[in-house]
Amino acid sequence: MLRYYLQLAWRSLRRHPVMSGLMVLAIGLGIGASMTMLTVLHVMDADPLPGRSAQLFRPYLNPLPRSYTNNGLGPDPSINLTWPDAMALLQAGKGAQQAAMAGTRALVMPGGNRRPFRAQGRMTTRGFFAMFGLHFVDGASWSSADGSSAAQVVVISQGLARRVFGSNQVVGRSLHLDSHDYRVVGVVRDWAPRPMFYVDDSAQRYKGADDYFVPLSTAVSLGLRVSGNQSGWGKDGIGPKSATMSWLQFWVQLDTPVQVAAYRRFLHNYAAQQKAAGRFERSPEKAARLYSLMGWLAARHIVPGDVSMQAGLAMAFLLVCLVNIVALLLAKFLRRAGEISVRRALGARRRDIFAQFCIESAAVGVLGGALGLLLAELGLWSVRQRPDDYAHLAQMDVGMLGLTIAAAVVASLCAGVLPAWRAARVAPALQLKAL
Amino acid sequence: MSLPPVVSALKHHKTTVALVILEIALACAIVTNAVFVIGHTLSTMRYDTGLDNRSLVVVTASDLDIGTSHRGTQASDLAALRGIAGVTSASVVNTLPLSNGFWATSLWRAPGDKSSTVNNVISYVATPGVMKTLGLKLASGRGFRPDEFVDYNMFKGDAPPSVAIVPKAFAESLWPGKNPLGQRLYLGQGGKYPVQVIGVVDHLLNASIDPAHGSERNFLLPVASVEGGRYVLRTDPAQRGRVIAAARKALLAIDPARMVKARAYTDIVQAYFHDDRSVIWLLVAVVACLLAVSALGVVGLSSFWVQQRTRQIGIRRAVGARQRDILGYFHAENLLIVSVGALLGAAGAVLLNLWLMKHYELPRLSLGYLPVGAVLLCVLGQLSVLGPAWRASRVPPVVATRGS
Repeated sequence: MLRYYLQLAWRSLRRHPVMSGLMVLAIGLGIGASMTMLTVLHVMDADPLPGRSAQLFRPYLNPLPRSYTNNGLGPDPSINLTWPDAMALLQAGKGAQQAAMAGTRALVMPGGNRRPFRAQGRMTTRGFFAMFGLHFVDGASWSSADGSSAAQVVVISQGLARRVFGSNQVVGRSLHLDSHDYRVVGVVRDWAPRPMFYVDDSAQRYKGADDYFVPLSTAVSLGLRVSGNQSGWGKDGIGPKSATMSWLQFWVQLDTPVQVAAYRRFLHNYAAQQKAAGRFERSPEKAARLYSLMGWLAARHIVPGDVSMQAGLAMAFLLVCLVNIVALLLAKFLRRAGEISVRRALGARRRDIFAQFCIESAAVGVLGGALGLLLAELGLWSVRQRPDDYAHLAQMDVGMLGLTIAAAVVASLCAGVLPAWRAARVAPALQLKAL
Repeated sequence: MSLPPVVSALKHHKTTVALVILEIALACAIVTNAVFVIGHTLSTMRYDTGLDNRSLVVVTASDLDIGTSHRGTQASDLAALRGIAGVTSASVVNTLPLSNGFWATSLWRAPGDKSSTVNNVISYVATPGVMKTLGLKLASGRGFRPDEFVDYNMFKGDAPPSVAIVPKAFAESLWPGKNPLGQRLYLGQGGKYPVQVIGVVDHLLNASIDPAHGSERNFLLPVASVEGGRYVLRTDPAQRGRVIAAARKALLAIDPARMVKARAYTDIVQAYFHDDRSVIWLLVAVVACLLAVSALGVVGLSSFWVQQRTRQIGIRRAVGARQRDILGYFHAENLLIVSVGALLGAAGAVLLNLWLMKHYELPRLSLGYLPVGAVLLCVLGQLSVLGPAWRASRVPPVVATRGS
């Protein structure tokens, strides 16, 4: 029966080639546009560390006075942590691993007359490497003694090691960043999670990677520049160790639900203590929170407004295409009242007619889906030409490919249901008379 | 042409007609908003930087950036750059209009009076030759005198230069209705350093245009040298390509161990508006696709109806209707359907705009755009129905005598 319906569908499509072409084109355009934007959203919303992200958490502490306002302009200072708060969490050591961090960047001086180049780096604490699962190909993280004595040591990426030294066995060599010398203590495999979940809101999340890591204490004592929001608000001024300037990010690894619950209590108690001491003005419920990794990314709205607006636009366009197709299918099916009557008179049940027309709609969907796939590839190519940081990630994977075809078929079936149902209700006798 | 027969004929196709109206309404709502966003974006791209954009070349060197260069290098760099054939003048600035990187500060109109502060003011600093190099046009007052360029580092809390030049629009907002020349603004903690306005320029655009910083909220200070700045060269627009290559070569000859980047200033302005341009192109594509799909729908549907009504058309022709009556009939039918859709669409456009305003930073739809979308769709509908209607009008009266 299916084969027969497919034959009927094919014949009907060929009888009105222009009309069928228009319907396929409309589905193709709608599916192409919407799948382009869904693919972009899909890569932007991806899990940056599959297998590890469920154990990573981001504490949030809000030390801002109640009267603080930035009129909705500029970044919210409570997103980052102050030095005293980050150090308190670090020293408490309640997680399996934890690290405080901030972005930095420097000019790498390769020495001699070789041209310097810019690199992005991170000032952080020892736990960073084990917690995020960075793999050392040579050496290891700096020691806790290096960390506490603010030694000028650095861990670099394999890519940077090769670029500067031509090798990745470079532990003990000296690296010149801006105007300081550092001793290389470790080399890690290149590491670039997408999105860069741990960076400051002002950083690019889909482009670039950290090529060097220096101890936070060293960075502070050398006065390295921080790339990221540094917001001061109080009378304590705006030094890196000020209690009223936020600039640090903090992540903690918690392996079990029990640990998570314990950490929540710890944060709550910490905020309560700070309030009792007069430093925090908000209640602990409001001042202390613990976000999961994916929860944090969702709260940060990492998908830019213009991307979600374009996605909405693409879906609206698909809707318009579908409404259009419903109207066209309806007109087309009802024109075939005579044919339907003959089939009904010869014993076809209503549901047979319904099935026949649904299959014809699905056939339009399959063809439209194929066209949509081509158009989506074209659309993604055009997205990749944009200057935005996420542009190069816009590639279709197998999952999205299947989804594209499925979406086209489902969409055309939805569009076909009403026309097919109306067609199935055609009364045979009335139409036969008119034949 | 009277409407009642058109309406009663459409009553036989209630669902189809409703669907077409819905489709037109959706398309109209989206097209209206898209056209509005295009217009709005275009209007924000029409800024006058106040500079001779096409005469400028901007050169950055990495040692300026990290502050390892001292005044010695900067002076020899400048001398080398001024020596390039075709460069008529050169200066060092901290940033330029539409270059994104900027220093922002607060200023006081009265020292110690907190209510007189103006926040998020962009501070331009530049070395001798700046007025001539940038091509700034004075509306009143004078340019800087050589002795007014002093050492100043804003980040070290130094006392600022004692004179400044401000754009006309900012002067007007600071001292409404007064002559800004000779007025004082105050910088530093508590507004302890007076700075006198000695000149007003027609325009000097901000390094970044955004809600926090506005578009022309800035002042220009004369300084002896700039840490973390960039060189600006003035040249004949036709010579820019050659000057860019020569500037790179000249700076690398002085110190090869640095990154040097030379660009035409117009490229920087282009890059600033790149996002806006891509939004415009995207929306143009969306509008084109929507209109195309709507047109395809109308063509398809009216072709079907024409085929379906061939016999009726024949009968009408046989009883005396002229070709243009048939033509008029289909145009009237189309106009009726599309204009109802367009009207609903105009209402939808307002609702859509309200929703967009709530979720994204979009301004309120100016009502002047409402007819644009509606008229666009009506014209499109009439054009799309042209073919099918013409075919209908060619149906010969003899069709009426045949069986169906």
